[in-house]
Amino acid sequence: MSTATEQPTGHDDHAHEESHGASDKQYVIIALILAALTAIEVSTYYIDFGPLFMPTLFVLMIVKFVIVVSYFMHLKFDNKLFSYLFYTGLILAVAVYSGALATFKFFLQKG
Amino acid sequence: MADTAVAHHTTTGLSNNKLGMWLFLGSECLLFGGLISTYMLYRGRTNTGPQPDQIYDIPFTSVSSFVLLMSSLTMVLAVSAANRKDDRNTNLWLTVTAILGATFVGGQVYEFTAFYREGLGFTTSLFGSSFYTLTGFHGVHVTVGIIMLMALVGMVRRNRIPGSKAETVELVGLYWHFVDIIWIVIFTLVYLIPS
Repeated sequence: MSTATEQPTGHDDHAHEESHGASDKQYVIIALILAALTAIEVSTYYIDFGPLFMPTLFVLMIVKFVIVVSYFMHLKFDNKLFSYLFYTGLILAVAVYSGALATFKFFLQKG
Repeated sequence: MADTAVAHHTTTGLSNNKLGMWLFLGSECLLFGGLISTYMLYRGRTNTGPQPDQIYDIPFTSVSSFVLLMSSLTMVLAVSAANRKDDRNTNLWLTVTAILGATFVGGQVYEFTAFYREGLGFTTSLFGSSFYTLTGFHGVHVTVGIIMLMALVGMVRRNRIPGSKAETVELVGLYWHFVDIIWIVIFTLVYLIPS
């Protein structure tokens, strides 16, 4: 397992590969999906998405973020403690700064 | 061999280095959250100088974003090669990642130069200050990542990595992917959503 600190052996290496759950080919496929999502994002600059403009961009941003964190950073396959550490910081940041922006009536201005 | 480190135990049974890195990345969310929020507040404050939609070059920034995104692929391939103890491919993918990162930073320098020529200096407006601070901080993070990658290439080549080589490459990879996910957020909130 990737998170263990014991001496690696051939068996451990195999377990390491399994714990990450993705091969090089799968990483390439994930990268292609990310590239396609980016292309859709950029297309919002050229094509009028109307009321779907903001939701589309936010959904794509979140999906890309989660894909990179889950697969490229292996958080999906690693020990849950790593997820708690990272997502605690992320959620804290979103909560604190949403509160700060709300204090400045940011959301009312945009609404 | 450097990769065959002496086993040691931790209270969690997990690598302290990796725990530390994730804790650091969690704290970095707060740093960039502050910078992004500040930009969101100030992006419309342009009493003097150009406004965001007057200077942003979306096609150019899209290409830069694509380059950084693909550097995440090459980074994960480097980690994969390191797990297989394939030093040659580890170094190859680390070097490609560094080159892609340098391309991104080069694009950012070009962008900053173009913006400055169009009248957006650091002190021109609150928009300019918050934009340069946010994207500049990100650029510095990418630059630090490139330095880490090149140092890692040298250390792998000389076989001078203490402890687990695969874990060291993975730790640098975590930092690099974090820089990428921050750009995913910046690209959407700063460039694609108009003020």
